[in-house]
Parts: sequence; structure tokens; C-alpha cells
Amino acid sequence: MPDISRDEVAHLANLARIDLDDAELDHLAPQLSVILESVASIQGVAGDDIPPTSHALPLTNVFREDVLRPSLTAEQALSGAPAQEQQRFSVPRILGDEQ
Amino acid sequence: MSAPSSTTTGTDWTRRTAAELADALAAGEVTSVELTQAHLDRIAAVDGAVHAFLHVDAEGALAQAAASDERRAHGQLASPLDGVPIAVKDVLATQGLPTTCGSKILEGWVPPYDATVVVRLRAAGLPILGKTNMDEFAMGSSTEHSAYGPTHNPWDLDRIPGGSGGGSAAAVAAFEAPLAIGTDTGGSIRQPGAVTGTVGVKPTYGGVSRFGLVALANSLDQAGPVTRTVLDSALLHEIIGGHDPLDSTSVDQPLPALVDAARQGAAGDLTGLRVGVVTELGGDGYQPGVLARFQESLDLLVKAGAEIVEVSCPSFVHAMAAYYLILPAEASSNLAKFDAMRYGLRVLPEHIDNPSAEDVMRATRDAGFGDEVKRRIILGTYALSSGYYDAYYGQAQKVRTLISRDFEAAFEKADVLVSPTAPTTAFKLGEKLDDPIAMYLNDLATIPANLAGVPGISVPSGLAEEDGLPAGFQILAPALADDRLYRVGAALEAALAAQWGGPLLDQAPALEGASA
Repeated sequence: MPDISRDEVAHLANLARIDLDDAELDHLAPQLSVILESVASIQGVAGDDIPPTSHALPLTNVFREDVLRPSLTAEQALSGAPAQEQQRFSVPRILGDEQ
Repeated sequence: MSAPSSTTTGTDWTRRTAAELADALAAGEVTSVELTQAHLDRIAAVDGAVHAFLHVDAEGALAQAAASDERRAHGQLASPLDGVPIAVKDVLATQGLPTTCGSKILEGWVPPYDATVVVRLRAAGLPILGKTNMDEFAMGSSTEHSAYGPTHNPWDLDRIPGGSGGGSAAAVAAFEAPLAIGTDTGGSIRQPGAVTGTVGVKPTYGGVSRFGLVALANSLDQAGPVTRTVLDSALLHEIIGGHDPLDSTSVDQPLPALVDAARQGAAGDLTGLRVGVVTELGGDGYQPGVLARFQESLDLLVKAGAEIVEVSCPSFVHAMAAYYLILPAEASSNLAKFDAMRYGLRVLPEHIDNPSAEDVMRATRDAGFGDEVKRRIILGTYALSSGYYDAYYGQAQKVRTLISRDFEAAFEKADVLVSPTAPTTAFKLGEKLDDPIAMYLNDLATIPANLAGVPGISVPSGLAEEDGLPAGFQILAPALADDRLYRVGAALEAALAAQWGGPLLDQAPALEGASA
């Protein structure tokens, strides 16, 4: 079972869009290693002949009639927004300087 | 143990079961407004010490109670529990009432809509007392991971109330609410039920709508009842259960007759019932007092006519590992929606001029999520990354298949499967906070049911001799056979109550005058 390094945790945090400070990285890395060690036993438990189950019950697609029905108003949908402008969510810039 | 509340049980409405309250309302002995006020008074008296609630809605609850009294006056009852108040775990969206999932990232968020469970509670006339405390985004086994501080176990305020639904269980155990709603992803209704001496039910996956339930791991999450008796759970389950077109995983089949099953079970005859004791869910790691109470309950089932068979579910030993890979994987995906753009917290990073959306997202998620949530999101990101996917997540999904097969084989030999609900009684607050594995082990016996989608109930089985704290007896049934839980649970409950001379919770401390 691979130990998870501090740099790997920083990389994963970056993928998950969470800023972690040095203290958090120092704290998390050893804990994640312990957790991964305890779940490593799962490797090799089931062979190729065992199909994976993603859901406890068989899923079927669910359709409804393609008709208009009541939904949230724009005001309701925006009611929890941290910032809004002209009936829209107001967000920080999306493209970086180099883009 | 202290005596019950100083007010006599004759007039203290908070000591009654939901079924008794419904009868008292029907007989005109009390109004819903009086009942609701009695519970609000109890909350005011003891919740400073218990901290079961994150938000109490006195005004709203009393208005709903008044509406119930009005309906009753006109002979138009909305359900058998019309007028009986309830508490709701803070993971369910409630229109006009804050919903935080125990997280800073949603502090102050007021949903513009109700979860289907809440729609059904309102339609059935149950006044909603407030929202109960929980581990942040339902990640935890002790309610210590709430961003708003832990809930305390009413049996011993220095101990955990279980998790993640510790607030719902503690509210019911502390007589602050006769009924509550919880959600169970790996045991978060049943395990808190076990350690607080309450009844907790995880219905069949898809049996109760998940619409408006903030998802932790959507293939495992299931809302269900938290109550003081098996019959109360059945009454509540019939109100919240059943098909919902707004949830594509909702089972489109009628619910079995749950209340009838509970009433039939309470008569105490289990002749011909085959009870399977799962070899892998007992023994090592289980507290002796918990095992002793389990054995005693088994003996009572035998006396009621049941036949005990030993069943082995060899893949269950891998259930915890599979769960702690599947859950973080789904959680890391589900929690991506907390991106500081549409709702909740937005934190602007310091030292960055003109920050981008991504900068804001990182800073917000760091500030808004607690340690356990970060731990699991990062673990999930790892389990889903290229190169590790097959070894971890893929294997976990295959183990899920093996666990379902174990259940199928076991249910050929037995009508229900049983085990202790949790391996130990409530541990001390703070005791396992820095040891995630020790914390995760609490869900050992409850997790297999979530992986396979089968229903389960935890019924109080008594107090462990070594510490005087409650233990739970878990009953599992095949998918869609939730009625079996109620039949067997009610039979056990009746036999135990006869032995104890009354409900277990009558032995709990009074809490009056307690402070946190």
C-alpha cells in the first residue's frame, strides 16, 4: 500500500479545489495514509468474474411528459446567492490573466 | 439514575409516545398547540445542555399546530399523526427555515423549497419544531464534526449521541421531540438510536424519497424515522414513505402495511420466524455488555416462538473498506456543488487582487469545510484518480456485489438477520476525534445494509452492565420487506418492556438543571 505524501495530498486538494495551509497538510497526510492502509485490504478481494454494483437497486431512466410545470422563480433561485446582479448569479472572473 | 421529570407523567406531554399523543388529541384531552408548546418548553429547559437543535422554529411550529387544531375541530384530519410535533435533521431542505447540514459553508442558507419528506410531514399535519444537529454533511459517527459544536448524549452529557444523526436521536431521547427524521448512509439513524436508547429505522433504499436531501453519498443515503417506540416509527414511515416522481431512484411500489405489522408484532407471537444471527457481526471488538444484551434479546425472540439460525456473510469483513472508498468518492462529487457561486459562503482570498472564480472556490472550500469533510473529499478524489480507480473504487463496487450476494444467501436461510447495532455503547466526547479508523469502526455492523440497500431497524436492547449506557439490537430484512422489521422489532420491544417494567428511556437522567 503506497504511503500518501504531503505533496500528493496537496495535489489532490488542488484537484478538489480546496486551499490547504501547511498545518492542514501536515495533519492530513499521515491520517490519509492510515485510512488508505486500512482500506487497502480490498484489493484483490473480487476477481474479474464479479460485476461491479454501482447502486443497490437496478436503475431505469425516468421520463416525464414534456410539458411546462411550475418551478422556482428567478428570485427564489437567487435567494441564497452570495452575490447577484440583474437577476443572475454574479461570479468572480472565470478566465485567468493568461487566457 | 435520576427519576423522570418532576412533573407527573399524567400531565407531562413530552413523556408520551407519538401514538399516545395522537390518541390524546383524538380524545380531546389536549390540543396540538399545547403539545407543541410543551415540547418547545422542554427544548428551552434542556437543549442548552444537550444541543440537539441547530434551529428552533417556535413560531412556525405553533402556527402549524394551530392549523392542526383547526382541522380537527372540523373533523378533517390529514393523517394519524396530525398535530404531533416532529424534529427534522438539518440535511433536509426546509422552505423558509435555515438548512446548514452542520456546515459553515451553508451557514444562514434558507432553501426556497421543501424536501419531499418535509412536504409529506407538512401535508400530514406534523408541526416542525426545528432542525437537528448533525456531523457536517452527515460525515461522522459521533456528531462531533458539526461546525456548530457537538450534541451531548442525554444519558451522559460527557458522551457522544452517535452520528451523524446525533441531534435527531438526542432530541427524541431527551424528550424534546416525540419524533424525528434522520438520514442513514452507513448507520446514521441506527447507530445514534442504539447509543441513545431510541428506535431508528433505515428503510429500503428508495423507499423514502431523497428529493431535497442534501446528498452525502447518493447510492447509500436513506431518510427514515427516529422515535421512542417501534409503532411510532411505523406510523411515521407510512407518512414519509412511498413513490416520489421527483426522485428517479424512488421505488415505484406501494409500501407494505407497516403499522399493521408493528401492531401484530406487539402481540408477541413470532412462531415460525427464522432469525439469522450473522457470525461476522459479533465477537471481537464488541463490548461484552453489548453482546450480553444482544444474547438476552435473542432469548426473548426464541421465547416468542422464533427459531435461531447461524448465518455466515463472509464478505461483510470487507464492507467497511468498500464503504470508506465508495462514500468519499460519491461525496467528493456531490460536494463539488459547494463552489461559492450559487449559495452559501463566499470567501475572497487574501493577498490576491482580482481573484478568479477558482481562487474564490479554493478559499471558500478551505474556510467552509471542516477537517472530516476535507479528509473525505481528498480521499474520494484519490480513489477516483486515474491509476487508482480500478484498485480501489472498482474493487469496492465489486465487493458491493459480493455483499448483496451474501445477503441473498442469508435471506434464503432466515427471514430476518440480527446483530448488535453498534459494537460499543456511547464513547466519551473527544475520545476518538484524532483516530478516524477507530471512529469508522462504529459503523461496522450497520454499513452492509447501506451497501446492499436492505432495510434495518435498531431497537433499544437495554443497558450495558459495565457502564449503564444503552445498547441496540439491529434487525435487517430483505429489500422491500420493511414490514418484517416492524413485526420483529415490536415483538422484541414488548418482551423487553415487560422485563424492564416500562420503556428504557424512563431510566434516563431527568436533565432538568443540567448545563453543558
